[in-house]
Amino acid sequence: MLAAIGADDVEELFDVPDPVRYDGTFGIDGQSERAVRRRLDRTLNANADVAEFLGRGHYSHYVPSVVDSLSLRSEFITSYTQYQPEVSQGFLQVLFEFQSLVAELTGMDVANCSMYDAATALGEAATLADRVRAADGSTILVPDYLRAERRAVLENYADGPGLSIREFPTENGMVDPDALESSLEEDVLLVYVETPTTDGVIEEHLGAVGDLLADRETLFCLGSDLLALSLLQNPADVGADVVVGNAGVLGLPNAYGMGIGLFACREEFLRQVPGRLVGASEDADGDRTYTLTLQTREQHIRRERATSNICSNQAWVALRTAIHAAYLGPAGLTALADRCTRLPAQLAAALDEIPGVSAPANDAYHFREFTAEIEGDAEAVVSELADRGFAVHQRGDDAIQVCITEANEEHAEALLENVREVMA
Amino acid sequence: MQRHRQAKWDETESDGHEPLLSETDLTRHEPSDTYLPDELTRDEVELPSISEPELVRHYTRLSQMNYGIDSGPYPLGSCTMKYNPKFTEDIAGQPAAAVHPDRDPELAQGTLQVYHELQDYLSRIGGMSAVTLQPPAGAAGELTGILVAKAYHEHNGEGDQREEILVPASAHGTNFASAAMAGYDIVELPADDDGRVDLDALSEAVGDSTAALMLTNPNTLGLFERDIEEIATIVHDAGGLLYYDGANLNALLGRARPGDMGFDVMHFNVHKTFATPHGGGGPGAGPIGVREGLEKFLPSPQVKADGDEYTLVDPDESIGKVHGSMGNWLVLLKTHAYISRLGDEGLVDTSAKAVLNANYLAERIDLEVPFGPFHHEFVASAGETDAADFAKAMLDNGVHPPTTKWPEIVDEALMTEPTEAESKRSLDRLAAAFNAVSEEDDDAIAAAPRMTAAKRIDQTTAARDPKLSWQQLSD
Repeated sequence: MLAAIGADDVEELFDVPDPVRYDGTFGIDGQSERAVRRRLDRTLNANADVAEFLGRGHYSHYVPSVVDSLSLRSEFITSYTQYQPEVSQGFLQVLFEFQSLVAELTGMDVANCSMYDAATALGEAATLADRVRAADGSTILVPDYLRAERRAVLENYADGPGLSIREFPTENGMVDPDALESSLEEDVLLVYVETPTTDGVIEEHLGAVGDLLADRETLFCLGSDLLALSLLQNPADVGADVVVGNAGVLGLPNAYGMGIGLFACREEFLRQVPGRLVGASEDADGDRTYTLTLQTREQHIRRERATSNICSNQAWVALRTAIHAAYLGPAGLTALADRCTRLPAQLAAALDEIPGVSAPANDAYHFREFTAEIEGDAEAVVSELADRGFAVHQRGDDAIQVCITEANEEHAEALLENVREVMA
Repeated sequence: MQRHRQAKWDETESDGHEPLLSETDLTRHEPSDTYLPDELTRDEVELPSISEPELVRHYTRLSQMNYGIDSGPYPLGSCTMKYNPKFTEDIAGQPAAAVHPDRDPELAQGTLQVYHELQDYLSRIGGMSAVTLQPPAGAAGELTGILVAKAYHEHNGEGDQREEILVPASAHGTNFASAAMAGYDIVELPADDDGRVDLDALSEAVGDSTAALMLTNPNTLGLFERDIEEIATIVHDAGGLLYYDGANLNALLGRARPGDMGFDVMHFNVHKTFATPHGGGGPGAGPIGVREGLEKFLPSPQVKADGDEYTLVDPDESIGKVHGSMGNWLVLLKTHAYISRLGDEGLVDTSAKAVLNANYLAERIDLEVPFGPFHHEFVASAGETDAADFAKAMLDNGVHPPTTKWPEIVDEALMTEPTEAESKRSLDRLAAAFNAVSEEDDDAIAAAPRMTAAKRIDQTTAARDPKLSWQQLSD
């Protein structure tokens, strides 16, 4: 090969001036495949073996084997963005089906084929509002229960266009329509509301929020997740303009926060949607085919005028989500979602019987999780539970938060037993 | 020369396509007997409901209608589509990797150790003082890096003054988009006759309002910016920062380090330079590295080691967060495994092969290849033929074509990156595909592709009358 090029040595091919040449030593010893596996297995097994009752936006549901089996097929996992649609029909159809799933569950006209996660999807919704709304100002209104991490991401997305974030107060873990109305000045571009909230509360005032915003230059952005949406109110019916959230509740276990965000909106914002869109078309034979479309919004064509800088997205996770949803089907999805309302109610009732525990803290229906008030030092209780093999969230000085799904319910009895002992 | 015919599945009643799941069975389901009162639930959902074997066959057929790196060469310039070893998937799939991001650090010591080691590996490889793994993609890394630069200028009281980012014409489109997202005005720099940054134009553009110059080196023409030291001096003297776009780093692994070249901030596309399969467009991960003095602006939290104990620490003047938790952890885990497997020797060998392969392929093809000498990629010209048409004709030869029509510095550009993973035999096959197409007549090229799951697709109609879901298809 060198002879064909006319070089004597590979080093000749490097057009790097001497002062910036590097000698290639990083102090990293290469290891055999087997050694790397053993080492990383051992390292990761230093993670404590605890039963996780953690949620707050990141959830674990049982992922059926069919998801790994199909998503790891090498034609899927070793392919790239579908820049040549003629050889990428398989993945394009998957993404088209994913968009359709999101459109059905959100009730929106248009869904893209993934965002990084729920927090970045919210950030993109804020900048979309800035592009499409003529409101005389630049305020993004968020509830006081918004997770600090989501707010921090939102602030970074809002920084460029110069948007400011303001909080509105909530009552009993959900929207107080009167308080929201008095926070709604003319300068508000977008109001964000969650259901379920990251405290697990199912919002009961979505219709009132929709009514408040219906005739204003303010977008109604709803945060949710695909499983909850199979059961809870249809966002389109309550007047939502944009729906964002976590799609990775299906297809991925807890992966230290790795996920996939969903983004869907009304048709009128189509040309302002961030990220990739797959559309149906025809090929030269007139057969139905799929292709990436409306790419003139994207960074590789519009550059600094693009709707977003997204290039790599979470396509493979979308494949896993689509397979998981299809495996469950509509009845399976709603049955699982229904279970996610019964399990926290049962666990809260049992915790409430333990002296010193009052659960749930909010008088509301819950999805997967709830907060519980604790008499005494919540930090000490959480730490003691961790020592006993149970991970729960600490919320301030005198509350904990507990998440339960079909994936950890087998440990519920043991958790109750240990809380009883710790509180005694 | 290898011929190729891609699988195509269609049902006789489906008019030439694999049916959508919704066309197999669309079931209207009304949630009933629910724990929640009616007013909190939806009236119905309408989704497919099929058996597991039908589901498996559907996705299996779809996979067979899709081309991946395991199917054949995929020389998309600047995208670095290379073969990835299989063992990393097993490591990512182990149960101990599946932990909740809100675990107390004491309960996640294994995960944090992997994070910390990878921060350290990347710091050494990039010649950087500190690294964050949080950005979930390369472009997210760009945005993060620019936000760090912005925080730096604000810290120095120059936040209002430095409102411009300089970007060369040949840069990735994400550079422009990321800088604009961070609120900056973009100043585009022309290339000189050699395809590299024009130093005179740079000197003229740079000044008190310059926040940073974003540069990839080697650039998207595969050319090393030989004047990098002078470029760094010009930018630094004006008070700006130098940002390194790591998309082309596999050309330099172990040969030069961005930190040594004077870059202040950089991102790594770990899914390109190291390993994780691209998975149809993602996930990737875009860690950023910073030079000494900028660590305090990194996103929160950083993983720190105190002896054998790993903790989460918020940098003093952190820009905050760019992802809801800690980024694309499974991708990062695979990256750690890949770097551990290769070590120093393997990493150096990567750049040797990437550069050798690109130069060999450039030599073997009959098209005009302007500029040079090349590193990991080169840009050929399809000449009188439309580059997009040229690419379609390559599909029939069982290879994925290069990136087309970009950078615009070359007419009818075919931006080609064979990567370090391809063998000589595979490179000869790629060259044969280029050369076969260059000898085809215009009619044959216009009729391509013929051997793929779909014939040439009408993208204009798809954009003019968008149908983005099965709900819209049936409208």
